[in-house]
Amino acid sequence: MSGATILVRPLTPVPESGNYLTAGRTIWSWLTSTDHKRIAILYAISITVFFFIGAAAIAVIRFELLTPTGQYISDDTYNKLFTLHGVVMVWFFLIPSIPNTFGNFLLPLMIGAPDVAFPRLNLFSWYLNIAGGLFTLYAVIAGGVDTGWTFYTPFSTMFSNSHVLAAAAGVFVAGFSSIATGVNFIATIHMLRTEGMSWMRLPLFVWSLYATSLVLILATPVLAVTLLLIVAERWLGLPIFDPAHGGDPLLFQHLFWFYSHPAVYIMILPAMGVVTEVITCFARRRVFGYDFMVYALVAIAGIGFFVWGHHMFVSGQSPYASLVFSFLSFVVAVPSAIKVFNWTATLYRGSVSFEAPMLYALGFIGLFAIGGSTGLFLASIPVDIQVHDTYFVIAHFHYIMVGGSVSAFFAALHYWWPKITGKLYDEAWARFAAILMFFGFNFTFFPQFVLGYLGNPRRYHVYPPQFQVFHVMSSTGASVLAAAYLLPPIYLIWSMRWGRAAGDNPWGATGLEWRTSSPPPLHNFLNPPKVEQQPYAYHPEGRGPVPGSRTPYRTQDQPS
Amino acid sequence: MSEAAGALREPWHSLSRQREAAAFGIWLFLASELLFFGGMLLCYAVCRYSHPQGFLEAARQTNIVFGTVNTLTLLTSSFCMAIASESGKSGLRRLAIGGLAGTLMLGFVFLVIKGLEYRDDISQHLVPGAGFALPQLGAQLFFSLYWMMTGVHALHLTVGMIIIARLVLVGIRRELPLTSPEIQVTALYWHLVDIIWIILYPLLYLGGRA
Ligand SMILES: [Cu+2]
Repeated sequence: MSGATILVRPLTPVPESGNYLTAGRTIWSWLTSTDHKRIAILYAISITVFFFIGAAAIAVIRFELLTPTGQYISDDTYNKLFTLHGVVMVWFFLIPSIPNTFGNFLLPLMIGAPDVAFPRLNLFSWYLNIAGGLFTLYAVIAGGVDTGWTFYTPFSTMFSNSHVLAAAAGVFVAGFSSIATGVNFIATIHMLRTEGMSWMRLPLFVWSLYATSLVLILATPVLAVTLLLIVAERWLGLPIFDPAHGGDPLLFQHLFWFYSHPAVYIMILPAMGVVTEVITCFARRRVFGYDFMVYALVAIAGIGFFVWGHHMFVSGQSPYASLVFSFLSFVVAVPSAIKVFNWTATLYRGSVSFEAPMLYALGFIGLFAIGGSTGLFLASIPVDIQVHDTYFVIAHFHYIMVGGSVSAFFAALHYWWPKITGKLYDEAWARFAAILMFFGFNFTFFPQFVLGYLGNPRRYHVYPPQFQVFHVMSSTGASVLAAAYLLPPIYLIWSMRWGRAAGDNPWGATGLEWRTSSPPPLHNFLNPPKVEQQPYAYHPEGRGPVPGSRTPYRTQDQPS
Repeated sequence: MSEAAGALREPWHSLSRQREAAAFGIWLFLASELLFFGGMLLCYAVCRYSHPQGFLEAARQTNIVFGTVNTLTLLTSSFCMAIASESGKSGLRRLAIGGLAGTLMLGFVFLVIKGLEYRDDISQHLVPGAGFALPQLGAQLFFSLYWMMTGVHALHLTVGMIIIARLVLVGIRRELPLTSPEIQVTALYWHLVDIIWIILYPLLYLGGRA
């Protein structure tokens, strides 16, 4: 802190009774709360609603794809449904999922702060997100959008006669919610770390939010302006990408993927952070190679800005550009692989136990490894030409976004549920759901690798009959997956009413968020904690964990 | 309550720290804004590279008198804003409010001139679409970007003016503590809007005129 402090508010805690959940009971008190924990819950509710809207769209599609011919819905409806699925899942579920729920809830707790740097901006970002969502839902109700989530020109600007403007406006507005969150998180991490919380003592989930926020504030504005130009061309008739006036549709693709490739890292980096926290806790071991985990997160965020051209290998871009983008796409896999190896090394000689969060986290590692290595297939130009725009691509990015990010979302949900609600969920049901989700997921998406390799293109309503067996497998798997998604809301909500009290630290974890009550008080800590330790002192240096012991060697606020 | 305490907000314990954070936060936002305009500047670069003649021909048609006067207006407004920001920090209330009011007025002058210029452009058929004045390929692209870049810039300016108008209002009513970081944060934003104009000016007005 600077020496120029001219006014200091006394730190003596205001005596508080109850916790953030009981601080106000009306709906109005939730809708106007600037408490980061309550805003996290608001986000959790809204993204859950969007998740089920996006899921309903794909459920219809998977049902239709049981047979090779189109029977139940028209081609037009099919196009609108996969667009709805993509737009809602990407911008209203995945992008805000982990950062805005768990990031919002945990970031201040993990660095020992009373709130984020700009609490009112935080609430405003939720309203922006909801406003964007309403625009998008309006586009759906008014008749739908059929451009795919990528809004490619010239189709989106000249030919599509669906509600492109409303959908683009929705994503545009939601983008500013992302930017506000990114600004808030970076400022919080820079300015509000508690005493002793140096940069290399930050929990890796916090580091992952930092890297994510960098991408949020530097990539999102480019998407926003690109959508604005789409609106200008379609609505105001100002040609920018129109070839008839000398414009370049490929320029749109460059701008779009300049955002949308890094957007994948907005989805996966926080997931990596979550998995790191969970693996280290349930292996009872210090994170292997903490420093390299930090460098890898920042490297992924940085290099991720320079690989977008791998989406355009068949677009007719310069082969030299393709060469560079291909090379860089291989390079960005290196830090991701470092993380996978470090998670594995963290497990080595650990005292591993298999509670539900750990099952989700282990599932993440496996699915992310498959998703990541099939990404290398796509980064390789000759292979990409074969599988471009097929189900192979669909399978690849669902392994990252669903197998990766959504698994990690559920890992986080179970791991921090006792902290958020103060209640323990039913472990047996949770383990069952975790395993079901893993199998349902593979059952749904692995056949799609085969389909794509055999040449079934994506985004088609009908397909040749020889592909039916894989589509039936995929649709069957999707219903298993749907069951696995419906279970957690049931037993988690049940636990809020009937679950046992969790206690402050049910997992015996080391982070500061476990050093306050569950649920935390309104201002997080009655006394600001002082950090004495690196974040993962699960066992003494040089000696492994005591088998069977669930007590951490030192929490982060205990001196070594 | 002292004036300083009135400026302090949750979750901060000290005003200097809060001011640091506000400035840091707005710098992050400005970085984001640069990439927002960067997208349009990239489009400009690519289109100009493909159609150098069309772009020069089109740039000759913009109204350099209005453009230059507006550049001077905006630079002067930034000067007023800097006065407001510095005198706010030093506790000179009248000068701070005067600076803000001056900025607001010059911003308004800018918008009026811009409106006159737009009227001029429309009467000369410089709006892309049917009846566009210039036949060269690329000229319509130039004017698409002209309207979008100056339009988005004017929108940013308007947002800035609304914020400044509020600061002037609460400043006169003495509800605004001069130590509040709001004045400096607004100043940083205003300067960015100014800097973006300084980039747009040569791109849109000076091309083809050497
Ligand atoms: Cu990519």
